Amino acid sequence: MTQTLTEQVLTILSCVAATMLTRFIPFLLFPPGRPTPAYIQYLGRHLPLAVFALLVVYCLRQVDPLMAPYGTPELLGIAITVALHLWLRQMLISIAGGTIAYMLLVQWVFS
Amino acid sequence: MKQDHSTLKTLYAAFPSTIPIMTAFLFLGLTYGVLVNVSGFPWYYATLMALTIFAGSVEFLCVHWLIMPFHPLQVFALTLMVNARHLFYGISMLDRYKGTGWRKLYLIFGLCDETFSINYTIEPPAGIDRTSFMTAVTALNQSYWVVGATAGGLFGSYLTFNMQGLGFVLTAMFVVIFLEQWLKQKNRAAAYVGFGVSLICLLAFGSEQFIIPTMLGILGVLTLLRRPLEDKLPATPGPESESGAAHSRVNVKEEGNA
Repeated sequence: MTQTLTEQVLTILSCVAATMLTRFIPFLLFPPGRPTPAYIQYLGRHLPLAVFALLVVYCLRQVDPLMAPYGTPELLGIAITVALHLWLRQMLISIAGGTIAYMLLVQWVFS
Repeated sequence: MKQDHSTLKTLYAAFPSTIPIMTAFLFLGLTYGVLVNVSGFPWYYATLMALTIFAGSVEFLCVHWLIMPFHPLQVFALTLMVNARHLFYGISMLDRYKGTGWRKLYLIFGLCDETFSINYTIEPPAGIDRTSFMTAVTALNQSYWVVGATAGGLFGSYLTFNMQGLGFVLTAMFVVIFLEQWLKQKNRAAAYVGFGVSLICLLAFGSEQFIIPTMLGILGVLTLLRRPLEDKLPATPGPESESGAAHSRVNVKEEGNA
């Protein structure tokens, strides 16, 4: 383990504090009956899509497309997840299906 | 006794609307607990993080962050970005959570995507106090997550099958959430901004340093694109209708998650 107990506690507390900030700030900043700034509304509409794109890239950041297996398990896992989701539109099935497919791929096919 | 009875009645009334979330949270919570377990942490780490952070995607990431070198500022900044959407839920719930008294603190604390989607859309049945109903929904949802995470943390070590690749559940989850937003959002420019800036920064700064430049880049590009993006949106002449459009957008988006 690379982090000491204190560091672990601080890492978790950073998550707690930032999460709580995002949940409490609107109620502190915008008391009832006052219009929300247009810029905040604009970010609220567009930031999520950009952030989830970033998170997909973040999850794949250590995949090396120049070395075997060239990110093939990841590509296949994502393709299966997307296909399942476009077909059934059930988050749970898409996530479970893609994950199981990926696990089978890295354990049996590309091991 | 009377208080107990009405609490039970409220939980009973709130339970049906939380069933889809129960399914998802028990499964994802279990997976999360197993991930905590196989990453080398004791089971109560899963329980404690489920109780205190209570934000699914960040908890998965937090397991990552606990294994990697200590970097609390990046953790804090990335958590802010990942959970920035909560700001919008909060804005949408300002009125609904008005006048909920001391329970408001817990209602805001537990305002995850799924709890938001229910408390924003579902009306309590006749005879059920609205504040109690919303509190019950919030508490039920969190309890599913805590139970799932604890079970995964406890029994993950007894699972004998090979867990290699389990971490992909996080990738799959973000792919699905992204896809949901992609399918429901009319204007998808932000997706290109997100992928474009992330990939450029990944190449420029490397896999362990690219997050904060990416976050700043996304904010910057979105700010520069505000004019053209807002012009493309149908019917945003004034702040009044814009606020209305914003509400329905979040509403529609979240129904798919629940």
